Amino acid sequence: MVTQISTMNGTKSVLSTENLNIYYGNFLAVQNVWLDIPKNQVTAFIGPSGCGKSTLLRCYNRLNDLIESFRAEGKVYFYDQNLYAPNIDPVEVRRRIGMVFQRPNPFPKSIYENIAFGARINGYRGDMNELVERSLRQAALWDEVKDKLRQSGLSLSGGQQQRLCIARAIAVQPEVILMDEPCSALDPISTARVEELIHELKEQYTIVIVTHNMQQAARVSDQTAFFNVKTSEKGGRTGYLVEYEATELIFNHPQQEDTKAYISGRFG
Amino acid sequence: MTVLAFICGILALVPLLAVLYYVIIRGFSSLNLNVFTELPPTPFAKNGGFGNAVLGTLLMVSIGAIISIPFGVLAAIYLTEFSSQKVARWIRFATNVLSGVPSIIAGVFAYGIVVLSLVKLNLGSYSALGGGFALAILMLPIIVRTTDEALQLVPQDLRQASVGLGATNFQTVTQVVLPAALPAIVTGSTLAIARAAGETAPLIFTALFSSFWPDSILKPTASLAVLVYNFATSPYQSWQSLAWAASLILLLMVLTTSIIARWVTRKKI
Repeated sequence: MVTQISTMNGTKSVLSTENLNIYYGNFLAVQNVWLDIPKNQVTAFIGPSGCGKSTLLRCYNRLNDLIESFRAEGKVYFYDQNLYAPNIDPVEVRRRIGMVFQRPNPFPKSIYENIAFGARINGYRGDMNELVERSLRQAALWDEVKDKLRQSGLSLSGGQQQRLCIARAIAVQPEVILMDEPCSALDPISTARVEELIHELKEQYTIVIVTHNMQQAARVSDQTAFFNVKTSEKGGRTGYLVEYEATELIFNHPQQEDTKAYISGRFG
Repeated sequence: MTVLAFICGILALVPLLAVLYYVIIRGFSSLNLNVFTELPPTPFAKNGGFGNAVLGTLLMVSIGAIISIPFGVLAAIYLTEFSSQKVARWIRFATNVLSGVPSIIAGVFAYGIVVLSLVKLNLGSYSALGGGFALAILMLPIIVRTTDEALQLVPQDLRQASVGLGATNFQTVTQVVLPAALPAIVTGSTLAIARAAGETAPLIFTALFSSFWPDSILKPTASLAVLVYNFATSPYQSWQSLAWAASLILLLMVLTTSIIARWVTRKKI
């Protein structure tokens, strides 16, 4: 098994993995990933269910630490810091690498408090009203909620809730935003708004997005990584990176047979 | 078959309705406002009340709540948020066992721990403190279990959202998880209080009884449940009717707290 190693020339990589293996207990979930994620671009992870793309995404902010049996081998670099080095505080990592989840999950607090929460726990000293407004504006939500900041975040529609979650992530002023299928629970119109937003956000942030929707990957991303899954003799399913290239190349001239088959909709 | 099941269903309701009916009819006729303000009368005197027992019950339930709620809630937080699965399973099991312990055993335990210690220290003997401690033992497993369940119902998504923003575990628990679970925790605590208010056995030999107003938590203290037990079996007419009135008050206290508690959670879902 030869894994495609891609080096994007000319752009600085923010996150990179070196020979990363992810285990749950003794079960190898993701195998041997080498991947560089360039700054201020959108990188999409695509692949069939169970290929470990979400698992890999959660390694970048050490959210997998919440799972008891989780174990990572290999290295995950944030600039030149190994995130899994013993002296790294996972809390600090998550402050610099934000996350947006599959299902919108605003806190059962007011819209204002949803944004202010992250800033407050991070010891933000500036003008909170201004930060809330700026974050909501960046998430293209301000005009819809400016008159009801005291209402519960749960009173918003699904699409608005997801943009609130994006605003919440932005408010902490991270360098990277990880998005785990951010549109899978949204209707097409809300999806389009979030995709538009992703385009605007990449000016300031590095974005990694996991998606099941290939059109979405084609629309929003600059690079695309295709993952696949193989079943071992014992029945364990292990994900691996098949191909990582500029999105245009992946969709128009895939190098690997598996990629070609997946893109043309023959499996997955 | 359906008819039989229906009849059994009705039969199951009979005890509740009969008890309610009997207590309300008998209790209501002996009820007046004086029962809340006066002390128990001597056997042959007319009137009188059981204000001291109402106060004593409130006092001992409060002591029980002050001991058991912080312990129980913290224990449940440890179970759901911090412990490993293995440890949590054992503690949950132990809590379930504790909730099955007969209340008289809790009373004996409180007698051994609190009452006898007070005697040794020359501070007193039978007391509201002992009664409250016994009630705390009965309340603890209810509080642990309901809080545990409430915390488990808080979606994992919320914890991840909070942790994902760079919150520590402590911040996540205190600022996100606990507020979300608070209504259910309040309900659980209220149910525990309602259960404790009606307990008699553990109070008989921890708090005993008193005909006077409670003025110290280190002295014997009256409670509604023990008053009912003492007065209902007495041969005196005036005491018996007070016992009925006390039963009604106790029943109303327990029923209203339970109903309020259930109504609050119902509204949340």
